[in-house]
Amino acid sequence: MVETHPALNQTFTLDPSHTPWKDRLETLLQTGVRAGADLVEVFLERTDHIGVLAEQERITSVSPSFGMGAGIRVFLGHRDGFVSTNDLSESGLAQALDQALAMLELEHNALQHERGFEGLRQLRDFGAKKDAWLAQSPELSEITQRLLEGTARLDQLGQHLEVRRGSFSRDWQEVLVAASDGTYARDIRLHQSSGLSVLAAEGEHRASIARRFGSSDRPDDLREWDVDAAANEVCSSAATMLHADYVDGGQMPVVLANRFGGVIFHEACGHLLETTQVERGTTPFADQVGKTIANPAVTAIDEGLSTGAFGSLSMDDEGMESQRTVLIEQGVLKGFLSDRAGELRTGHARTGSGRRQNHGFAAASRMRNTYIAAGPHSTDELIQSVDRGLYCKSMGGGSVGPTGQFNFSVEEGYIIENGQLGRPVKGATLIGEAKEVMPRISMCANDLDLAAGYCGSVSGSIFVTVGQPHIKVDSITVGGR
Amino acid sequence: MTHTPLNVQELRDQLHALATRDGIRQWDLGASRGMNASVQVDRGEAKQMKAAQRSSITVRVWNEQGLVGVTSTSDLSPGGLEKALKGAYQASSFGNAEDIPGFSPLATAPIPELDRPLKPSQSIQTLLSTLKDVEGELLAKHPAIETVPYNGLSEGNSERIYLNSEGALRHMQRTQASLYLYARAEESGRKPRSGGAVRVALGSADLDLGGCIQEAAERTISHLNYQPIDTGRYLVCFTPEAFLDLLGAFSSMMNARSILDGVSLSNKESLGQQLAVPFFNLHDNGLHPAHVGAAAFDGEGTPTKRLCLIGNGTLENLLHSEATARQFGVHPTGHAGLGAKVSVGPDWFEVSSSKGSSQPAEQLDHRNASETFVLIESLNALHAGVKASQGAFSLPFDGWLVKDGERISVEAATIAGDIRDVLKGIVHLEPNEVVTHQGVSPHVWVDGLAITGEA
Repeated sequence: MVETHPALNQTFTLDPSHTPWKDRLETLLQTGVRAGADLVEVFLERTDHIGVLAEQERITSVSPSFGMGAGIRVFLGHRDGFVSTNDLSESGLAQALDQALAMLELEHNALQHERGFEGLRQLRDFGAKKDAWLAQSPELSEITQRLLEGTARLDQLGQHLEVRRGSFSRDWQEVLVAASDGTYARDIRLHQSSGLSVLAAEGEHRASIARRFGSSDRPDDLREWDVDAAANEVCSSAATMLHADYVDGGQMPVVLANRFGGVIFHEACGHLLETTQVERGTTPFADQVGKTIANPAVTAIDEGLSTGAFGSLSMDDEGMESQRTVLIEQGVLKGFLSDRAGELRTGHARTGSGRRQNHGFAAASRMRNTYIAAGPHSTDELIQSVDRGLYCKSMGGGSVGPTGQFNFSVEEGYIIENGQLGRPVKGATLIGEAKEVMPRISMCANDLDLAAGYCGSVSGSIFVTVGQPHIKVDSITVGGR
Repeated sequence: MTHTPLNVQELRDQLHALATRDGIRQWDLGASRGMNASVQVDRGEAKQMKAAQRSSITVRVWNEQGLVGVTSTSDLSPGGLEKALKGAYQASSFGNAEDIPGFSPLATAPIPELDRPLKPSQSIQTLLSTLKDVEGELLAKHPAIETVPYNGLSEGNSERIYLNSEGALRHMQRTQASLYLYARAEESGRKPRSGGAVRVALGSADLDLGGCIQEAAERTISHLNYQPIDTGRYLVCFTPEAFLDLLGAFSSMMNARSILDGVSLSNKESLGQQLAVPFFNLHDNGLHPAHVGAAAFDGEGTPTKRLCLIGNGTLENLLHSEATARQFGVHPTGHAGLGAKVSVGPDWFEVSSSKGSSQPAEQLDHRNASETFVLIESLNALHAGVKASQGAFSLPFDGWLVKDGERISVEAATIAGDIRDVLKGIVHLEPNEVVTHQGVSPHVWVDGLAITGEA
């Protein structure tokens, strides 16, 4: 069994008033700095998760989990070593630090520097008013009841539904960050996500439709979830798409809906504006700050401040307060999203964007709530401007590759003919490259809206928001049959 | 980088004592623990070095009504175990009375001997030095290869346990190492191109470094000469890696859990029906000698075995957990996870052709075919472009248009179709079955697939 510290084992907490933690962290940081590290950072977390699945009229899975762990990162020059562990005992953390130091060929007790560090600053406790959130969030009985309401509404509203599902997940996380530059900060995060999905089938025709909603820092989110509206949206899409034909592929103009349509900017451009991409040399925009990289119609923002949004956070995973970062202003690149390592290696100042899935990952520059700003047009004006093209009402997931080529799937599409919406189509995948597509976003509507999602990348899967108003892309490759 | 193995007997005694105290008669537990070290480099410099110690347990309990609850934690301490047991008991009041998992009847059956010796780990500095050399060699392969933006060398050891209140006790340890190299090349006035390769082995000293470098270089260089492709229908040849990816994305066709959930293209009556061309065979073989990550038992303690899924084009068997096997009246197959609702998944696919069968286009050989065809090297974004419950896919790919024997890399294109049409439209399986890091398959030829390009 893993050796554990008896006191911690009984009363594990990241409560800053728990004096041994501060003392222990300062000792660790002092040890690392004296061994010659430029900077040492300790990330501690405690988690509590529950996932629930309802299928038809039954709860079919309840999956609680809890955990704790630490990630210790040591910087020396432009290099860093990172060690994660579930063992939060004094000896476990000391061993992890030794391992991280050894990666950089530094030795514990080999006094490289007389200087120590000056101690941790006063704690910035972003979690002080959030201690009750876990208790305030719904109990299992309430969760299961809401999900069964959802699958019942699907049954009432839908036709030809073979599968009806409702799902919920709650992720509670308490984090404490301490670094040898004096950073000392604590936060509590609460992310909740609810979703409905169906599989409709009639003869050879099939359609699977899903909608997911998510929030941060709102214990009452599930209670306030509009189950009727969600079920109605899912059933309406399923009915439309059940008999839809596959789209004919080719080059064409597209109009992308608001909310999850924002995945185009997230995949096509957002990732390329993270300093991790600058470090790798995989972004075409590395030396383009101040230059035009997109159509003047495009202003793009990434921020962690929108109240309740899935990607919002009081502080990032390096203890820095969240910010609003203008990425592109009227087509001109204004800046990058940067974390501690990104600032060190690329010179772009930190933006409060150092994020990680959990203690098993070193933080990296990642998006938060990312969206294209609203423009002056109506949605009708965008559609009317297209002779023949595709309207993408609902998007699936996407990705971006090492050469900047991005892709994402369209769950619900409609042909546009002569400025009018036509028949529904399915099976479309949009692909392109950011440098080519960003100048082709020629019109933005005035209906900005956001949608919750998950983003997987170098530091794991994190909660994000994508968003945009309806936008028009003058030409893009639409993969189909 | 070593750790003391889990004390299985102690863990069982602790859980037994806690369960007895709380009046819990039936329980089981899956646990894992591991250590891993990895390095990344950037143009001769260390970029990041990482090490991780991970542990997790999942506890299931059956309450007085026979309903099942589960809880997982990374805390393997006695306190963590106690909290997990309590959590599982609380969750059991929400257990699904219509679908109650039980212990696998094979949880105490003999398990296969795996010839997977535990390999000693190397120091992280050795890993770093090795990867620097590897990166340098790859960069030197061609002047257009400027960086290797995605690279990593890792190794680790891990152990898994399954035990239950009826005396089942499974324990295994293994070591594993991997190397991946994805290079980026760019020529003046042209778009950047990339290609990569992966190798796995039981230990980092056993990795085929030279082979990985050579393959990554060849693939990257082969994409430098690129052109857009006309939209249309093409004769297509899938590389073994690409075909295995496609099959894996549609494995719900052969998954009993998916069938019972109503999200599979197959149903209970599909067994015995023709799913593919008559010369097509598919086995799942988690015991294949090349499967570095092989496990002797699944999440429920059922022994791993080789299973024929499709024989001569006919669906012969399904992947099962204990609960799905009980509903189908068969034995579990060793493909279960562990949970309140037990997941089922494939392990290691083997695609082969029926011996002596005739195939419509036996003359096709991707190395010297005179026909015009598209060679699919890899499929991308399977998580987004596959609709498993509909059978449909629309996926970006990397590959080449092969015309008159000349390969021209395809720029930005997608391939789309229906998996049922693909399996029934196979015109040739090449005789050479290639062992990849994810399974075994020959090159697979399919006619008439839709490709959308920029031309």
